[in-house]
Amino acid sequence: MMVSLTARRLPRFAPLAIGAGAVAVAAGLSFGLGLGGPVMTGILAALLFVAALFGTAWRVEGSRAARNRVASALIYGAFVLAVIPLVSVMFTVVDKGWARLDGTFFGTSMNNISAFDAHGGAYHAIIGTLEQVGIAVLITVPLGILGAVYIVEYGRGKLASWIRFFVDVMTGIPSIVAGLFILAFWVMVVSPMFSADGAPTLSGFAASLALSVLMLPTVVRSTEEMLRLVPNELREGSYALGIPKWKTITKIVLPTAGPGIVTGVMLAIARAAGETAPVMLVAGVNSAIAFNPFESQSSLSYYVFDQATDSSKYAEPRAWAGALTLVAIVLTLTVVAKLLARRSKLSR
Amino acid sequence: MAKRIEASGVTAYYGAFKAIDSVSMTIEPKSVTALIGPSGCGKSTFLRSINRMHEVLPGARVEGRLTVDHQDIYERDVDVTAVRRMIGMVFQRPNPFPTMSIFDNVVAGLRLNGVRGKAALEEAAEKALRGANLWNEVKDRLKKPGGGLSGGQQQRLCIARTIAVEPQIVLMDEPCSALDPISTLAIEDLISQLKDKYTIVIVTHNMQQAARVSDRTAFFSIEKTGDPGRLVEYDDTQKIFTNPAERKTEDYITGRFG
Repeated sequence: MMVSLTARRLPRFAPLAIGAGAVAVAAGLSFGLGLGGPVMTGILAALLFVAALFGTAWRVEGSRAARNRVASALIYGAFVLAVIPLVSVMFTVVDKGWARLDGTFFGTSMNNISAFDAHGGAYHAIIGTLEQVGIAVLITVPLGILGAVYIVEYGRGKLASWIRFFVDVMTGIPSIVAGLFILAFWVMVVSPMFSADGAPTLSGFAASLALSVLMLPTVVRSTEEMLRLVPNELREGSYALGIPKWKTITKIVLPTAGPGIVTGVMLAIARAAGETAPVMLVAGVNSAIAFNPFESQSSLSYYVFDQATDSSKYAEPRAWAGALTLVAIVLTLTVVAKLLARRSKLSR
Repeated sequence: MAKRIEASGVTAYYGAFKAIDSVSMTIEPKSVTALIGPSGCGKSTFLRSINRMHEVLPGARVEGRLTVDHQDIYERDVDVTAVRRMIGMVFQRPNPFPTMSIFDNVVAGLRLNGVRGKAALEEAAEKALRGANLWNEVKDRLKKPGGGLSGGQQQRLCIARTIAVEPQIVLMDEPCSALDPISTLAIEDLISQLKDKYTIVIVTHNMQQAARVSDRTAFFSIEKTGDPGRLVEYDDTQKIFTNPAERKTEDYITGRFG
């Protein structure tokens, strides 16, 4: 029997036409019959589109092609649904944060700004976020990468699997618990040893420690996954040249895993920069400009929380501007890190 | 400065599993020795024992005596990195370092073992690439990544990388099994050139290749799955392929088993 390789196909414009038709019918039904508004139109249009597409394709192209079209439509739909919240958040933050994004916002603090004052800024909070996250990165990146190197390259038997287990447990620690831990351990027990009068000190550094507790498991686990992806053949190729193990790891394995490790670190930074609870507990919520991380500080995430819950008509725009600044900082760091990681890898 | 390898009673384990049992053979300097045999017969394990790569795997160990010019390489005070610099290895799949350029790949062994100086490295790279018959193909793109080369070129890059550290022995573990016939021919030509300077041991599944490139051939075999591999016969390649002493060797090379 001759199998035909060609089949009847819907014209290219067909899905578009069906889509337009579905929207028109849905709009007519919801508004004309008073079933609902724009949201109803959207849902109805989507359902009508899938049904009409399936029916038309079934008649013209046959059942396999019809199922293919419906599956494609669902996948595109899922993508759109996933992107909507992201775009919506970005749009809202930019739209509402734009108003207060001025020189005063970046140049002044909230010191002596009351509910009746229109000015006030987030300079102190930006300093706090940059310093606290920066210190947390300095602590967690070396520690996390070395920990992952131990687990993947050196760890054998019980100890390595116990470390892995506890890293997994750490991943699930709620940020408020990390904050309480630092409050109980660092602020109440350790910091009095360093202060002149023996009193506990709330500080930006304590917030860094709490953020480190949250970042460390992310850095360890993502680095570990990346190191495992490095093919063993590269390690063997290196050993076979008489290169010692530590140089194989530092010069061959880590550079190969580099871009992936950077991505993991960026995820950890993004998480830490947005944490509010630990900062509120241990940083001392200073509303004045403070560069010294061993004194009390604020942070952007706490600033957003503080302004958003303040009952003043001037506070809300400040909260949105703070949120926009925070998103911009994380985004900028991510882009810069990605560029650096790409530059370190050779182009083809 | 090629060296003689003497193995006596070399037995290798993967954990509790004995992979090869008491292999004894002498490999002459400046010769090509082929190790052939069915899958799982331990020929690669034996090869990896010669430069102490076997022990890289967790739980793997080697017993017996393996000397290179009368120096036992498994003695306690032997530096394993020095052994591997003296005995280079080329693997089945080409494995250039992906983050490095062609040039950096070739000099990786030198640079990471502490050799400094741009001129010295450039000279060594050219010499090694010429030695691996790759210089003319890559001399204009030394700064490009090694991963951009074809499979056969990558394998010659790995050979260049190996000979750049000036070993005395080169081990090859099925170096052509991932390559097309033309690249295979290029590697085989290269092997016959390298023979003038190095002692070469090559594992191959391709019996025509063993017959083409080697002076001596060792046939390994196993009784059944789970048994350790043994050296069945070791003789001149000519003799192994025309008039083997053992029935099992004849069965294998004529394709009746394995």
